Amino acid sequence: MMATAETTLKPKQSILQSSAAQKLLAFAALIVIFIVFSLLSPFFATPENIVGILLATAVNGVLALGVTFIIITAGIDLSVGTVMTLSAVMTGLAVTIAGLPVPVGIVVGILTGATIGLFNGIVISRMRIPPFIATLGTMMIARGLALVLATIETGTIKPIYFNDTPIFRQITMSSILAPLLDPIIPGFNFPNAVLILFIAALIAAFILAKTVLGRYAIAMGSNEEATRLSGVNVANWKTAVYALGGTFSGLAGVMIASRLNSAQPALGVGYELEAIAAVVIGGTSLSGGEGTILGTIIGAFIISTLTNGLRIMNVPQEWQFVVTGLIVILAVYLDILRRRRL
Amino acid sequence: MGEVLLSMEGIDKSFPGVHALDRAQFELRTGEVHALVGENGAGKSTLMKILAGIYAKDAGVILYRGQDVDIPNPRTAQHLGISMIHQELNLMNHLTLAQNVFVGREPRRGFGLMLDESKINAQTQGLFDSMRLRLDPRTKAADLTVAKQQMVEIAKALSFNSQVLIMDEPTAALTDAEIEELFRIIHQLREKGVGIVYISHRLEELKRISDRITVMRDGRYVDTVDAATVTIDRIISMMVGRTIYESAPEVPEQPSQEVVLEVRHLNRGAAIKDVSFKLNRGEILGFAGLMGAGRTEVARAVFGADAVDSGEIFIKGQQVAISSPRDAVEHGIGYLSEDRKRYGLAVGLDVESNIALASFTQFTEMLGMVNSDKIRATADHYVSALAIKTPSIQQRVRNLSGGNQQKVVIGKWLTADTEILIFDEPTRGIDVGAKSEIYRLLNDLAGQGKSIIMISSELPEILRMSHRIVVMCEGRITGELTASEATQEGIMRLATQRSVIVANNGSPANPIEAK
Repeated sequence: MMATAETTLKPKQSILQSSAAQKLLAFAALIVIFIVFSLLSPFFATPENIVGILLATAVNGVLALGVTFIIITAGIDLSVGTVMTLSAVMTGLAVTIAGLPVPVGIVVGILTGATIGLFNGIVISRMRIPPFIATLGTMMIARGLALVLATIETGTIKPIYFNDTPIFRQITMSSILAPLLDPIIPGFNFPNAVLILFIAALIAAFILAKTVLGRYAIAMGSNEEATRLSGVNVANWKTAVYALGGTFSGLAGVMIASRLNSAQPALGVGYELEAIAAVVIGGTSLSGGEGTILGTIIGAFIISTLTNGLRIMNVPQEWQFVVTGLIVILAVYLDILRRRRL
Repeated sequence: MGEVLLSMEGIDKSFPGVHALDRAQFELRTGEVHALVGENGAGKSTLMKILAGIYAKDAGVILYRGQDVDIPNPRTAQHLGISMIHQELNLMNHLTLAQNVFVGREPRRGFGLMLDESKINAQTQGLFDSMRLRLDPRTKAADLTVAKQQMVEIAKALSFNSQVLIMDEPTAALTDAEIEELFRIIHQLREKGVGIVYISHRLEELKRISDRITVMRDGRYVDTVDAATVTIDRIISMMVGRTIYESAPEVPEQPSQEVVLEVRHLNRGAAIKDVSFKLNRGEILGFAGLMGAGRTEVARAVFGADAVDSGEIFIKGQQVAISSPRDAVEHGIGYLSEDRKRYGLAVGLDVESNIALASFTQFTEMLGMVNSDKIRATADHYVSALAIKTPSIQQRVRNLSGGNQQKVVIGKWLTADTEILIFDEPTRGIDVGAKSEIYRLLNDLAGQGKSIIMISSELPEILRMSHRIVVMCEGRITGELTASEATQEGIMRLATQRSVIVANNGSPANPIEAK
């Protein structure tokens, strides 16, 4: 088109500077990490281990989906990990103590996440508390509530097991795709958890690209004041974004409870950083306005592949933290370099 | 020009400490380009922001098509057909042009759940076509030049079927070719009966583009004149008017001829273009110009706060390399920012800590121990020498008045043994009484042999304080005046002088510069 030639008057960005490039870079990094570990350890590229990586990615990936929306608005959510745990505990209470059917338990878990997300949104957009502080508070609240609720049954803090409802574990651990995949890759047990992650990612991508919520998330992150002056009710939409983030945390809570066949009330701290790391590695800018779901999924895979590979190489867990931390700093630094040159 | 579209009468607006509008009035007709002019702070933008629903008026009436209307928010303004294009552009860089145009009122499909991207692209294309703009609606806003972004903002305004379009300094960042394009579109809109309010400092432009010109001064309406017949001189004299400083300018004693600071051929992108000047010992050199003329940029460059493309700085005849504020401080240069709270003071700290802030090495002993007695003595000295009104030197600076905060900053730089002080809008946000104290202090400092650069947008202040006045416009120095030859009109003329005028005519556009 003629017009395009007219509009790109700004100096052309170098390849490294675009967000697409960071995604490409992240994908290349994932491949490189995979190849390196395959060469270093014979146990890495086995079907069982790859299933392990996929499973490990599922929960963190779903958390990261919600965080993606929030970071796109130039916000942050530190509460996703403990909200996930609270949701898991709520599902556990609903299914084991209240004796509700499993589907109801799932809804209870997801709604718990959504409610806490809504609370985050109100605190941030109505009370005007900075997202970092607001969600730090919620992180502690959710953690405390999860521990309190877990004492209801026995009086002491104990995990809630789903031993009476075996179907609950199958939600994530069985493989409805097995009959389809088995003829292609024999023995490859593609767990439902990963399927759920991919479906959730498709929904998230749809919301981001095709709905008003996604559009306003980008608009607010790009220029909040301009969005307000355009007549958009910024407070309400921001609240909605945090509620959406909470909904994904709720889903992650159900998934982790299913995977562990129990709600572990002490779990959850640290998950938020892994989720934020996945989002940032995937090229979503911490200053808001841009980010993609595909990038986040790649980011989540990089983190779990790296963690898994290091574990297989017998690197102690302490050092895995160190490596993950360094990777996050590197990813954010790349984002800053990109921004500076614009 | 058609019938009266809009009239604002008796508009009053106060902000804390400022009476921004005092019974201001304005009238707009259909198919008219109505220019609104005045000095910085005259109330033009405030008046228009009230019309656009961004500020609420304290008193007054807005009649729109004969109806008394209330405009509490931007949305109501949009519904009435009033749009404002702000000085700082308001596009969302990460969205496409079409998404920007329709943000807040996206057409939906799929049970109201999904955005109808093809529809907004088509409608935006239609808008662009009607404006004869060759832009692709799917381009990201970030990929456009400022000029094109401005066109997109106009398109966005038109998409509301705007009958009133307010443009705040639309040409400030445009090249000449881009201005022509803007004017073409403005003419086109005028043909369609849209009423256009055009706020600008560029007086020679107004004669070309506008039908009528309304002048404001100190928040008040001065007069509305016919653009075709009025002279630029007349507009300037209306803008400047009489001032609140009736006292005769106190031109300080002549400084020595010893050059303390010399800047040669300073360049930084479009912000600073070939700026050269000299500063003598004991001199107050005024830097006049309108906002965005590049004065602060020059100050920051000399102070090493921003990197420059080229240029040389000499201090007492010696060429020096200043690449950071630290270098500048070592060479005895202090910079007092216009934004004291952000750049000048640690407002959460007390008076003594702030005074010691730029010179902690003086107060540091072996092993990095801070000598608090010495700090206290120094702080006490400056509190009394500068007459800083504070209950104690342990008072947090946040709790002091603007004038006293400014004195604390001055104390800080004096402690750091600076010989050259750059004051950027030294009296901004300071009440009238404290202003004269700051003036006296500046005179005293100059009398003691300090050399001072004073950037100010207040002409009376510049005239009253300076030995010499350098006037800037769009990154260039457009003239230099001595205290005796400078007048408000003369400065204003230089401050609004665009490069094209000089280039096209080949001769200076006014007699003052010829001197």
